[in-house]
Amino acid sequence: MDRTFSALADPTRRAILARLKDKPGLSVSELAQPFSLKLPGMMKHLDVLSDAGLITRTKAGRTVSVYPSAGPMREAMEWLKRYERLWTVSIDRLVALVEERSER
Amino acid sequence: MTSLPSVTIVRRIKAPPARVWAAITQPILMMQWWGPDAGPTLDAVADVRPGGRFSVVFRLLNGDEHNPTGIYREVVPEKKLVFTWEWPGMPERESLVTFLLEPFDGGTELTLIHEHLPDEAARKSHEEGWRGLLDKLPVFLGDAQWST
Repeated sequence: MDRTFSALADPTRRAILARLKDKPGLSVSELAQPFSLKLPGMMKHLDVLSDAGLITRTKAGRTVSVYPSAGPMREAMEWLKRYERLWTVSIDRLVALVEERSER
Repeated sequence: MTSLPSVTIVRRIKAPPARVWAAITQPILMMQWWGPDAGPTLDAVADVRPGGRFSVVFRLLNGDEHNPTGIYREVVPEKKLVFTWEWPGMPERESLVTFLLEPFDGGTELTLIHEHLPDEAARKSHEEGWRGLLDKLPVFLGDAQWST
């Protein structure tokens, strides 16, 4: 999961993912175009995203198509949801407990 | 550094820091509030000193029992409590829980921070805050068409 968050910490990589969400299957050069990135630069970003499991790449002839993959993102969201629920409920109960004890 | 996912909760409590401190460090009191739903807290261990062991066992309303454990890292009575957090059976590494207590208007301002701990690679590559990223996540998650 650390890889997911570190991959997403970069604004360009987030923009790449946003673009892929709208247009899955774009080629690497199509992806690079609006970011005015050279291909090697784009490849580096894609490697990071790929290592984090956020994208998959398939090759057909000379064209590499890029697809987004939501699994790791879901895992990250699960972490947040689990702890938000745990702490929100627990702290509410903690507050009720100590405020009640104070009034006595 | 707050680039990693973290949960922060701030609450103003009408009780002095000493009372809040007791509630987060005395097992008999911890058992009265710790848990994500109205299910019972079955056990609490709090050896409140750096290196001491932390453990709570709670049962959810659906019958599942959970046992987060950890080690106290920093103990400043009535001010600050830091301990590691491992949740066996959950797909994650160690994380870190911090309670901060500040006197406030006769009561206490309590800040709870639960941070996912980074590995070394993640630590190096963080460039911006987690908050901005959080705004974007629902956008990514909202589309069921994604391959997984």
